[in-house]
Amino acid sequence: MTKASSTLAPTGGRTRGGLARCSRYGALAAFGVLLALNIALTPYFLSLQTLNINLTQVCTIIIVAVGMNLVIATGGIDLSVGSLMAISGVLAPMIFLGQVVPVGNTALAVAVAVAVAIVAAIGVAGLLGLFNGWLVSRFGIQPIVATLILFIAGRGIAQVLVDGNLQTFSVPQFAWIGQGALLGIPTQAFVMAAIVAAALWAMRRTRFGRYVLAVGGNERAALMTALPVRRIKLAVYAISGLCAGVAGLVVIAINSASDANQIGLGTELDAIAAVAVGGSSLGGGQAHLLGTVLGALTIQLIRYTLLANGVPDAAALVVKAGVIALAVWLQQAQRRT
Amino acid sequence: MEASRLERLFKHGATIALVALIAFGAIRYDNFLSLYNVMSVCRTNAMFALVSLGMCFVIMTGGIDLSVGAVAALASVAAAKASPLGMAGGLAAGVAVGFAAGIVNALLVTRARLLPFITTLVTMLAANGCALLLAGNQSVAVSYTSGFTGIGQADLGIFPVPALIVVALYALGSLILHRTSAGRSVLATGGGEEASRLMGLRPDATKFAVYAASGALAGLAGVLLAAGSGAGQPTEGVGWELFAIASVVIGGTLLTGGAGSVLATLAGVLLMGTLFTVLNFENGLGVISLSAYWQSVIRGLMLLAVVVLQATGMQRRHRHAT
Repeated sequence: MTKASSTLAPTGGRTRGGLARCSRYGALAAFGVLLALNIALTPYFLSLQTLNINLTQVCTIIIVAVGMNLVIATGGIDLSVGSLMAISGVLAPMIFLGQVVPVGNTALAVAVAVAVAIVAAIGVAGLLGLFNGWLVSRFGIQPIVATLILFIAGRGIAQVLVDGNLQTFSVPQFAWIGQGALLGIPTQAFVMAAIVAAALWAMRRTRFGRYVLAVGGNERAALMTALPVRRIKLAVYAISGLCAGVAGLVVIAINSASDANQIGLGTELDAIAAVAVGGSSLGGGQAHLLGTVLGALTIQLIRYTLLANGVPDAAALVVKAGVIALAVWLQQAQRRT
Repeated sequence: MEASRLERLFKHGATIALVALIAFGAIRYDNFLSLYNVMSVCRTNAMFALVSLGMCFVIMTGGIDLSVGAVAALASVAAAKASPLGMAGGLAAGVAVGFAAGIVNALLVTRARLLPFITTLVTMLAANGCALLLAGNQSVAVSYTSGFTGIGQADLGIFPVPALIVVALYALGSLILHRTSAGRSVLATGGGEEASRLMGLRPDATKFAVYAASGALAGLAGVLLAAGSGAGQPTEGVGWELFAIASVVIGGTLLTGGAGSVLATLAGVLLMGTLFTVLNFENGLGVISLSAYWQSVIRGLMLLAVVVLQATGMQRRHRHAT
């Protein structure tokens, strides 16, 4: 079992690797078609500004999708990520705006408050993710149902915290996360890259990564070989929660505003679609993280294409739903042949 | 028959909790058992009862339908648009739209073989978008002169029309589940798809039917929403799926499929509805003050309590069995 590589499902035969590659090329092809379509149709597509806009926006999807990919690799699913983003995104401003504990006016006080807010918001999201993992591993509740609870109730919690009101803020120390840049590259791209790199390392180089794939490949076998199945599951849901927490902060930093009703709405589908488009089986046992990144880029490009060509928001929802269904179907069809 | 004892316990659990809650309310508040209050609880929970009925059948086949709330919202808009045609027109429009959404779910699950939760998440998103498009991003007032609102607001004798619809459909659902071969094949499909296929049943046809029915019932719920509130509401329906799933599970239906009861689901709906009524009365007494945002939190807590109870029950049974 420990021999299983990250490109081969532990239970898979020889053809799996080839198919996974084929699936990944599928995502690459879709991405290429979208790029060509945009170059032909969308005005000013080939500009640095377009690249920047897409890069700032795709980061949240990628960050969430990395956590989602780990959960899916164990054979689970996390529907609660969008709501956890909302909780983290509502909690942080409450803290650094001094609604929980009064914050002084000096730059240092604000900086400390921002640091505390970031840690606390991500921590709470991680704890809620841990709660998801506890429901799944301790009680054997199906992941869909276990995470459905926070999918709905989590947004309710976020709304209750601020009574549904919009929080706006102008705190440069915080907005930097979403609006700043290093060497012309948006800050959140570094955050995203760090998370992707850490996940890649964990999945390819550590025992934890092998265990994750083993649990998703064949849970009974993993149990019988005395792998810590429960702890692995706890860990992946907690990681997914942490990722959602980070993504929530990035979203509110981009907008310098926090709206409990909107943060992360529909992100769970984006993330699941990114994983599926990227070639990881939704049945578990695989984690093609780079494929997932490509999947997220594809999803973002679809969103941008619709937006830049003046498709109304509501119609964009319908198109996106169709594209996601198609992507998941194609991915499954490839797996069956 | 350990399994049936467990199921019976859950069924009685819902009813016992319901009776206890009603007794608590009757003692604590004036007018809790007044005809007006009882009938208004029945009226407002009718639409939840309908989506829960559909959800019950879907869950019994081992699936799940997360799109019910968004589909109901879409149907409410369609019904409101068609309401000048009268009750029949509005009803037909709403149910047809819901049924169409259900067919989409059914096709994606049985033909494209997408997982039920992905399918219905996608249709949730699509129905949400369609509702906003159809309604032009705002609620759509219904016609008050065509007689459409009667289906949501009228009474027959002392009974509200929505409640009568619910009673009729639950009776029909119970009959189908317990007295027809279609009902047996729903349970067989949830109990084990491959086994049911080997028995000569057609699990795909069964699944097709339950998703289509769930869509149609969500459509009818949308009609009641539009008629009851006087407007088609494209953004309603958030958290309805949670209410429905919680009601179904409270009624003892296993989330893994293969076992369940229609009438116990109704007990689950009434329990959830009564709980919210009690909270409203508490709000009225000024003991607690809960904003509307608490609703989804409380629904989540209810579902949490029930699934944890069910899961521990299952685990204990498992331990006894081995």
